[in-house]
Amino acid sequence: MAEAQSPLLQVSEVTAGFGATPVLFDVGLELRAGELVALIGANGAGKSTLLGALSGLVRVFHGAIRFGGRLVTDLRPELIVASGMVHVPQGRRLFGTMTVARNLLLGAYRRHDREVRDDMQRILQYFPALGDKLEREAGTLSGGEQQMVAIGRGLMARPKLLMIDEPSLGLAPKVVDRVMEIVKTINQDGTAVLLVEQDVMLALEIADRGYVLENGRIAMSGQAADLGRDPAVRKAYLGI
Amino acid sequence: MSLLAVRDVSKRFGGVKALAGVTFTIEPGQVLGIIGPNGAGKTTLLNCISGLTRADAGDIRWEEQSISGMPPYRIARLGIGRTFQIVRPFPSMTVRENTAMGALFGRPDGRLQPGAALKEADEVLDLVGLGEKRHHTVLRLTVPDRKRLEVARALAMRPRLLLLDEVMAGLNHVEVEQALTMVRRVQERGVTIVLIEHVMKVIVGVCSHALVLNFGRTLVEGPPAEVLNDPRVIEAYLGERYARRQREADGERPPSANG
Repeated sequence: MAEAQSPLLQVSEVTAGFGATPVLFDVGLELRAGELVALIGANGAGKSTLLGALSGLVRVFHGAIRFGGRLVTDLRPELIVASGMVHVPQGRRLFGTMTVARNLLLGAYRRHDREVRDDMQRILQYFPALGDKLEREAGTLSGGEQQMVAIGRGLMARPKLLMIDEPSLGLAPKVVDRVMEIVKTINQDGTAVLLVEQDVMLALEIADRGYVLENGRIAMSGQAADLGRDPAVRKAYLGI
Repeated sequence: MSLLAVRDVSKRFGGVKALAGVTFTIEPGQVLGIIGPNGAGKTTLLNCISGLTRADAGDIRWEEQSISGMPPYRIARLGIGRTFQIVRPFPSMTVRENTAMGALFGRPDGRLQPGAALKEADEVLDLVGLGEKRHHTVLRLTVPDRKRLEVARALAMRPRLLLLDEVMAGLNHVEVEQALTMVRRVQERGVTIVLIEHVMKVIVGVCSHALVLNFGRTLVEGPPAEVLNDPRVIEAYLGERYARRQREADGERPPSANG
């Protein structure tokens, strides 16, 4: 079946940025259904901008983004979400004065099927810590719990691809481990993941493949294990 | 004489006890690292010291004078500077102008003239490594640079104690290394430092002392290497993966390798 061979996400020669200023230059990237791909690079390299371009939040000057074989470049963000590509933004961006349950339900605002409530129960199995906090205001949760709500909200849209931007930000080491285990489990259950993460070692530990972004360009790509052993990557991002 | 003494400080928010009787002292020249789970009370503690939050009970003394209940600007002028986790520079001003604000309004010896404040700004911007970007608008700064600017604004007040709230969050390993150099330079100027971090490389790299908060109380306190090997700290905060990596790293690196 030809369908199975073609990538879920195909980014070709994308130049994107803000105003008239490009931040990304000729970026090419592929991601297959079910894959976990890490996107690494220094601050300012353009990682979040790339996620923004994929989500329709950042203007694409030229190049093409195909998702599930369909051209989604310049599609409105809500239509991109409806197509199955969902962004979990850096810094969680929850609605702090709304309850956890309402935050989760907002992830499904485009859906009109009857399975939304069931999905919430199913998704909560990934996050047992949230089980008794559904009626709490999201802003009163700990950083780790808020990150879980943000990922849960993303899952409520039934994504084929979940793009997660720096889930470890500001979290205690033990909580980072927990969040990463959850990301891995979500991926093993069939959702493709594009992960942006400052903890390069950790990202490459759970990813299948990785891309290295430098000054807005893809500088390197490969199997995660190979990148983790690459001397240039180790020197630039791990300081060893 | 301790520079700062925190005695039995408690703070409650509604039903949540954020701080449940924290006691410690900071000696001049120390770099104290405060670590602990999210929600353990770390930022609340800094807020109590800088006067942003008023403690419900206990006392905080600066060179033996109580500063409990003092407004933040007065505490700042005594010589206690701080940074915030969520940086909020003035977006319409340049890096240099933002930094000059600290010198204009936060100095113990009264306000500086604008010219002198800008000169002071230039000096601290060089110190934090932002000298070349002084005329940039802050919107052009990357995350690490915004954190540096936050430190510069606090330093422009000429603090004797600097409280740093997660200035290295979101930085990769190499960027953390650069930030550590900055902290060491600040310390060499005679500034005592208290920092909150989740990056253990920072705690091991620059701290002379570490304090672990858990549920608003001190769990363990002592030299960083000991604290990070304490089973209670691994259980409550670091987790098994950290401990495992630590053991692997110790195994890879023979103790005498670096002479």
